[in-house]
Amino acid sequence: MSDLAAPPLPTLKRAGIGRARLPAWELLGTALQGLRTRRLRAALSALGIAIGIGAMVAVVGVSASAQANLLAEIDALGTNLLTVTPGQTFLGANEVLPDTSVPMIDHMLHVQSDVATYQVSSTNVYRTSFIPAAETGGIGVDAAGVNLPEVVGTSMAAGHFLDARSQRFPEVVLGAQAAQVLQINQVGGHVLVYLGKTWFQVIGILKPALLDSNLDSTVFISLPVAERLFGTQPNPSEIYVRADQNDVVGVSNLLGATADPQNADGVQVSRPSDALEARAAAKGQFTTLLLGLGAVALLVGAIGIANIMVISVLERRGEIGLRRALGATRRHISLQFLAESALLAVLGGIAGLALGAGATEVYAVTRHEPFVVPMYVLIAAPAAGFAIGTIAGLYPAAKAARLSPTEALRTT
Amino acid sequence: MGLELDQVVKEYPGDVAALRGVSLEVPDGDQVAVVGPSGSGKTTMLTIMGTLERSTRGSVRVAGHDIGSASDGELAGLRAHQIGFVFQGFHLQEAMSVVDNVALGMLYTGQPLGQRREVARTALDRVGLSHRLEFKPKQLSGGERQRVAIARAIAKRPAIILADEPTGNLDSRSGGEVIDLLHRLASDGATLVLITHDERIAAGFARRVQMRDGEIVGDHRA
Repeated sequence: MSDLAAPPLPTLKRAGIGRARLPAWELLGTALQGLRTRRLRAALSALGIAIGIGAMVAVVGVSASAQANLLAEIDALGTNLLTVTPGQTFLGANEVLPDTSVPMIDHMLHVQSDVATYQVSSTNVYRTSFIPAAETGGIGVDAAGVNLPEVVGTSMAAGHFLDARSQRFPEVVLGAQAAQVLQINQVGGHVLVYLGKTWFQVIGILKPALLDSNLDSTVFISLPVAERLFGTQPNPSEIYVRADQNDVVGVSNLLGATADPQNADGVQVSRPSDALEARAAAKGQFTTLLLGLGAVALLVGAIGIANIMVISVLERRGEIGLRRALGATRRHISLQFLAESALLAVLGGIAGLALGAGATEVYAVTRHEPFVVPMYVLIAAPAAGFAIGTIAGLYPAAKAARLSPTEALRTT
Repeated sequence: MGLELDQVVKEYPGDVAALRGVSLEVPDGDQVAVVGPSGSGKTTMLTIMGTLERSTRGSVRVAGHDIGSASDGELAGLRAHQIGFVFQGFHLQEAMSVVDNVALGMLYTGQPLGQRREVARTALDRVGLSHRLEFKPKQLSGGERQRVAIARAIAKRPAIILADEPTGNLDSRSGGEVIDLLHRLASDGATLVLITHDERIAAGFARRVQMRDGEIVGDHRA
């Protein structure tokens, strides 16, 4: 540039001129100041981010609450229920549990209670004798022990379960869905159903059995009656076992060999709460569609912030020129606008967190479900705001840094 | 040291030459008035002296440092520590109090806020505004505002004060006060370069540089 024959001059650093500096907290203070002077505008542009993040937090929160509710229900029913069913032979034929399996299981250690059901085959239940035989309504008939409701963790919606009298007389208890199909919702006044060519008195209706919904579409009679009227064999079709909570796995491992010592492999043991918990976890997965809507709101919010920041840069050319004159580097200027944009979106994110948590709370209260917002959301919401604000601020910040300070200062 | 411009040319895109070979030496502590009609290149020369712009050709030294070879960051450091600007339009931050406006002048030196405010109070005392510390700029008169801007420029004790028409928006009485203030503050060793088109103000300076069409056409010492 210069062709002066002058001795080389010391560089600025060596000459001890301090560098232009802007410590992080000063940057934050500057960004905060910038937002505070334009409160309404800042609030409105943060609102876009708040709505987007609020929607996503609500989706996550509502899903988590619903999941927590289901898990709590499962917990209340107990996760210590095991079921024993006959498996299939190597060739695909059905195995049969020996009639000794229930007394054998009764004697196991760590078994609190157990009850068996026995399939009453080729027998259907109808509301009256005039209903065509083919219209079974998909309802099965089982013989059951008297303690079935307490072992599977359900209770009566009406009437009472099978008792000592039921061992001698044709009495029947309906599962929840079976009662619906038969259009019976109360047991008073001598309600009868036509079961295997015999009239049975309905003495009770069960509430839904969450741990085994097959029971809902079944009606129950006592085993002696079933043996007498329908020739049912005393081989259990399913045994429900309540184990001590801390020994569920141990009991589960021994159940096969206990139920059928000669053919332990032909016995299937499962834990219904496992399947339900898996289903609850699936229910907790928030719906992609709603999350997508939240993402669109976020995108619109981000564009809003970028838009506001570009306008802000144009309006504040004077300030930018002044700051350059006061010693700000281009980087300081771009950092200032980036910080403003990021701070704006972080505040929006925090507001969105509050909005989403509030929406979840309303949902949970009205549905009588537990209020759950996953912990990671507390970090993720402001972090998402930070990321969005930083990206939205990139272009305005670059634009601010490129402004010529002299041109900006000419505007008086 | 001071300021040295040697054959400085500044051209803008489209073959517009704002400066056509300006050479000027301002020794440390000198007070210079630059006069000339509008469009004569006064402001361009001042922004090049203030390192806000680089010259197209020629060499510029500010406080002994060759500007041509310095990085943007180094120039910013030089402005932060060594150069104080005073503008015609004041450029005060309306949302900030008077003392914070002055403290902002030292933001990029990296000093903590408490210390900057302390220095700002001292500077405001020197310009006679210690009773206005917590006022907002819009509560002040034009002359007071320019005194705040001067306090902002001198608070960090810069080696060089550059003033571009500092009285342009003021009536003659407060304008005179501002010029007196600049003379007084610069007289403890700072170099002062002041642009004006007011001959009476220029007359108060020991050295007057006249510009026309991007060139220096006169350099008078009283």
